[in-house]
Amino acid sequence: MKFSLFSLLHQGLTGNQGWQPQWRDPAPKPAYDVIIVGAGGHGLATAYYLAKEHGIRNIAVLEKGWLGGGNTGRNTTIIRSNYLWEESEALYEHSVKLWETLSHELNYNVMYSPRGVMMLAHSVHDVQVTKRHIHANRLAGIDNEWLTPEQAREFCPILNISRDIRYPILGAALQRRGGVARHDAVAWGYARGADRLGVDIIQNCEVTAIRRDASGRVTCVETTRGPIAARKIGVVAAGHTSVVMGMAGLRMPLESFPLQALVSEPVKPIMPCVVMSNTIHAYMSQSDKGELVIGAGTDQYTSYSQTGGLHISQHTLDAICELFPMTRRLRMLRNWGGIVDVTPDRSPIIGRTPVPGLFVNCGWGTGGFKATPGSGHVFAATIARDEPHPIAAPFTLERFTTGRLIDEAAAAAVAH
Amino acid sequence: MLLIRCPWCGMDRPEIEFRHAGAAHITRPGPPDRVSDEEWAAFLYLRDNPKGRVAERWRHVHGCGRFFNAVRDTVTDVFVVTYRAGEPRPPESAPPETLPPETRP
Repeated sequence: MKFSLFSLLHQGLTGNQGWQPQWRDPAPKPAYDVIIVGAGGHGLATAYYLAKEHGIRNIAVLEKGWLGGGNTGRNTTIIRSNYLWEESEALYEHSVKLWETLSHELNYNVMYSPRGVMMLAHSVHDVQVTKRHIHANRLAGIDNEWLTPEQAREFCPILNISRDIRYPILGAALQRRGGVARHDAVAWGYARGADRLGVDIIQNCEVTAIRRDASGRVTCVETTRGPIAARKIGVVAAGHTSVVMGMAGLRMPLESFPLQALVSEPVKPIMPCVVMSNTIHAYMSQSDKGELVIGAGTDQYTSYSQTGGLHISQHTLDAICELFPMTRRLRMLRNWGGIVDVTPDRSPIIGRTPVPGLFVNCGWGTGGFKATPGSGHVFAATIARDEPHPIAAPFTLERFTTGRLIDEAAAAAVAH
Repeated sequence: MLLIRCPWCGMDRPEIEFRHAGAAHITRPGPPDRVSDEEWAAFLYLRDNPKGRVAERWRHVHGCGRFFNAVRDTVTDVFVVTYRAGEPRPPESAPPETLPPETRP
């Protein structure tokens, strides 16, 4: 069923009794051309673009839990492309351009809202680094502009620009095309789109082993719902990538950390944009429901527990209360953690692996949501053609051996 | 917040006194001119990142200041054992499934 004004009116006038499930719940077939491990945003986007642009329809997306139940449903939904290095700029800008037309492309409202992402500078060093980013972005054709503290407050009126706070605001970088989208809708929209193109989305199906033939090539996966043969396997398992790749005998340059976020009780609109402060580890935006969505930093130790220390959230709330004094009496409704896979250079890994037929898309660390469409798009091309998409080409696994790292650590600090 | 037993101080102390320092028992390859790019990559970047028991380094930065090792379960975040730097990983801290059945905890 295509969503349109007509279908909405028709359903409204007939008691909303005619809505159908948006995707099937198929049993796994014995074999597929491509198996994607992980039905989060990136995995579903990969399947969608494989089916849509590369004509491969015999695809399964295997998910150990439920669709979009991992980091896709746990992140703070920020979208931006103001990265420092050319490789990253190309990748994230590719994604932002796809975001701009994604609702139309999927015929599904992902609620992309380019409301502006403002990143604060609190010290002379911050000012220098921020301006360097702005110049680099503008050279690459990406919008980014410098704001004085007064201009920053004009853009976000609840911002505290007093000079006598612990970390006073000396200015800000603003990417106006940055913003937010509805995270669940992204997963659902891609799932619906992929399903309509014949992709089987198989939930509650955990991969337990990867089988290979004598030449080392992948042949099938063992799952909790039985063995499934595949010519190619794409692993898009976020925090669990090391576990899945271990089944093929590969060690990865990844460590998994808890990353926390929290939301407040819903209030009337007070926050017209996204504000981030990498220096004091806080970022905030307001959802359409009215909740303030707040992101904290990672815990210091590796973990798969999907929870973190309360002192990490408290540290972030200290910063939020100083930057936005009017939030001091707000109550927090929920606090949760997701497990993020972090690479040594804080850039993702997209591409082939030493195992023939096995591909990986991982290492998005603390900031993968913004890249969902672009990541799926270039990874699908990489799987289909068996060679890296030009935008994905620098993000290989081999860069950790050759030394050609894409060191975005300073660019993004804890919060992407 | 985790409670961590410093094997030098002999006390359970809150996590904010400690700094996590990555995986333990990683041996630097050498001599440097005979180490291949692949070996350097493995030493510098590749990690087991296990879901289960991990041996890791900690430093008691706001206490005695000394490094020590710990075995922790990354699913529950429970510490199995902490021991001083330079000591081998205690055999009883191995993943339960690798131990003979009669000795499993």
